[in-house]
Amino acid sequence: MTGDGKWITTRQGESVDLAAIPCVEPNSFAERIIDGKSHGGRLAQLFGRRAPDGGVTLYAFLAYDSDGIVQVCSSRLAAPAPGRAPEYPSVSALWPAAQALEREIAEQLGVHPVGHPWLKPLRYHGTDNGAPAPWGQFNPAKTIPGDYPFYRVDGEEVHEVAVGPVHAGVIEPGHFRFQCHGEEVLHLEIVLGYQHRGVEALLLHRNATRSAMVAETIAGDTSIGHAFAYCAALEALAGARVSVHAHAIRGIALELERLANHIGDLGALCGDVAFLPGASYLGRLRGEFLNLTLEICGNRFGRNLLRPGGVLFDVDSELADRLHKRLKSLQAEVLQVLDMVFMQPSVLARFEGAGALSEAQAEEIGLVGPAARACGCMRDVRHDHPHGVYQFSHIPVAIETTGDVYARAVVRWLEVQRSLAFLLELLGNKPAGKPFAPLGAFKPNAMAFGMCETWRGEAMHVAFTDNTGALDFIKVKDPSIHNWFGLALALRGVPISDFPLCNKSFNLSYAGHDL
Amino acid sequence: MNTVWVMVAFLEALAALALPPLLMSVIAKTKAWFGGRVGPPWLQPYYELAKLLRKNAVYSETTTWVFRAGPIISLAALLTAAALVPVLSNRSPLGFPGDVILVAYLFALGRMFTVLAAMDTGSSFEGMGASREVTFGAMSEPALFLAFVVLAVATGSLQLSQMLGPTLLDEWQIAGPAMVLVIGALLVVLLTEACRVPVDDPATHLELTMIHEVMVLDHSGPEFAYITYGAALKFMLLGSVLLHVAIPHPESFVFLDPVLRVVELVALAGVVGVIESAMARLRLNRVPLLLAGATVLSAIAVVIVFARRTL
Repeated sequence: MTGDGKWITTRQGESVDLAAIPCVEPNSFAERIIDGKSHGGRLAQLFGRRAPDGGVTLYAFLAYDSDGIVQVCSSRLAAPAPGRAPEYPSVSALWPAAQALEREIAEQLGVHPVGHPWLKPLRYHGTDNGAPAPWGQFNPAKTIPGDYPFYRVDGEEVHEVAVGPVHAGVIEPGHFRFQCHGEEVLHLEIVLGYQHRGVEALLLHRNATRSAMVAETIAGDTSIGHAFAYCAALEALAGARVSVHAHAIRGIALELERLANHIGDLGALCGDVAFLPGASYLGRLRGEFLNLTLEICGNRFGRNLLRPGGVLFDVDSELADRLHKRLKSLQAEVLQVLDMVFMQPSVLARFEGAGALSEAQAEEIGLVGPAARACGCMRDVRHDHPHGVYQFSHIPVAIETTGDVYARAVVRWLEVQRSLAFLLELLGNKPAGKPFAPLGAFKPNAMAFGMCETWRGEAMHVAFTDNTGALDFIKVKDPSIHNWFGLALALRGVPISDFPLCNKSFNLSYAGHDL
Repeated sequence: MNTVWVMVAFLEALAALALPPLLMSVIAKTKAWFGGRVGPPWLQPYYELAKLLRKNAVYSETTTWVFRAGPIISLAALLTAAALVPVLSNRSPLGFPGDVILVAYLFALGRMFTVLAAMDTGSSFEGMGASREVTFGAMSEPALFLAFVVLAVATGSLQLSQMLGPTLLDEWQIAGPAMVLVIGALLVVLLTEACRVPVDDPATHLELTMIHEVMVLDHSGPEFAYITYGAALKFMLLGSVLLHVAIPHPESFVFLDPVLRVVELVALAGVVGVIESAMARLRLNRVPLLLAGATVLSAIAVVIVFARRTL
């Protein structure tokens, strides 16, 4: 971390006065961030916000995972003269981890990050004030793949494969453009934005119940994870103390979500390599875990369970016992099936060495979640920036080092084991208390963030209040925005027939990216 | 007496042509059993063929007559091959010395037109599928031909119905190890040509990994029925070759022989279902090693049968 007033230090659950956030010259903003990087910082968030006078304020969040703190600094771009785009020296030119985040800034606000090596539309929409983005005016009449400056490889034997946005399976829309030499992928470009629906604006809805529901649908498979981060941010702004009991129920829900998704992913990985028993059994077991969430709140994906101030559904000791019993029998079954999968030489032959990323690459592009841990990066919000129940009981971080499909599968396997053990312990000694207490008023002119280690990686919600204490800006980050680039990088030099396998091993969210 | 034999041969041919979809059903049921499911009804492949035959076909504007001719020529080639391969007994409806070469290249002709039809769509997926199909097809051919050499040497004939006839019973006495190796090679050829795991995954929906399925993505209606039926027929024909080598029947008993062969074919489909359930698919760039392995097995078998005769 760096001291002497260049950054303000904060942590999960604290709010910060807007006036206290250090502001640097736009020209030294990138330098300051790179300085933070050299002190061990990780780029957790970088975004711009339109100021009332037409200027733009940029905020950078660097997470120092081993210290459990986050440092924030800002920069102010004045309202530009008409016809000129506000600009600042790009961070991505020095640190690729910022590439998607800076493209978002350029797309939303028309700001030009000068020197950005890959300045292209991210979600394909116009800027907030109608000014042209650095790549020109947005034309809604054109389709994305039809009007996108794809990177191209030319050559006699090079061929291009375009996949999507409509896919053969029931999955979300996205366009993948491969430059191939025979079966080998030279370059993959991923173009998303088909599901952009304006989540950040919808979250500011006057009806707080409605905005919490929006938070749950940022990525449908991460309902609990995003609601967790959203609640944490709002509770920090209100200075609220949520009961230990409510925190425990949140932890139960978050780990059940992780289990369902990890087990579903492992099953889907088996399906992609045509290993039938793994696909069948794990597919069914995923449903069993979703059904446990159903028992708690009446919804398999945990909708309407978490709300700022606590949880809406209680887990009494009778239900806790029932869950404990069901989990105990599921634990034996899951571990047996996973042993069978990971003992299968033909499965391991497909997983090992496919789509490998090095630790250095993971650091440079800012990977998060199981994909980062598979590369040997020690990075888990539950461990580094604990919030709620994770402050009291710890889950060991699962690490692998090879960075390939095998490592991403093994990290999930380990996390399944550890989440199961964690849940059984939590359900065994459940503290009592009030599950819900309405939030008080928010602090005016303040900013707070909530981070959550969702099953896919770090989700982060940053919330701002105005001088009346009303929410006036929320910034959402799904882990996918960091990791999509990792998938593209992992595909280099890989046979194109292994793409579905690599893709599934990351299993990123389109909706969470597109917001 | 002669009319009885014609009747028997006719019934036999009808039964052989009706059988292939059932074998697909056996594979599906085996896989379902391994996955803890009930699986589709036994007659599902027949319902699907009936459904497809009643439908209209849709043609892409970029395709030409090649696209429409592909499935028809492929099926015609396979049906012709079916007349030369003994399936339910030691006889085949047609046959002449040297027909083994014709059978092998009727398969190749069918493949060529499937590939041409795929290339005709101009789709990059189908182009990739076509290139994989041709690569693996070319690599399984030496294994198949060397296996035929073993059979030709063993039986002293170049007519498929005799090469797969009762003389093989003696060959098991003379050069049993060679026959075992040939069975291994033919099994790999069967799995490759019929597009089964570990070479291809007929159940996947992922275009980028497919081989056979991706080539026929654009076909619909009756033509897709021809392709589906043709794939099943090819499985049965190659399976029959394998079974006649593995379990030679003595001179035919009129009714027992066909019944036994049906049972054996169903069992073989079950074995393929088990293979498909018990292992993952190979990485695509590993498939050539498997095919090279099959070729080596056949080659060693050739050495053994020659050695048994000259030494």
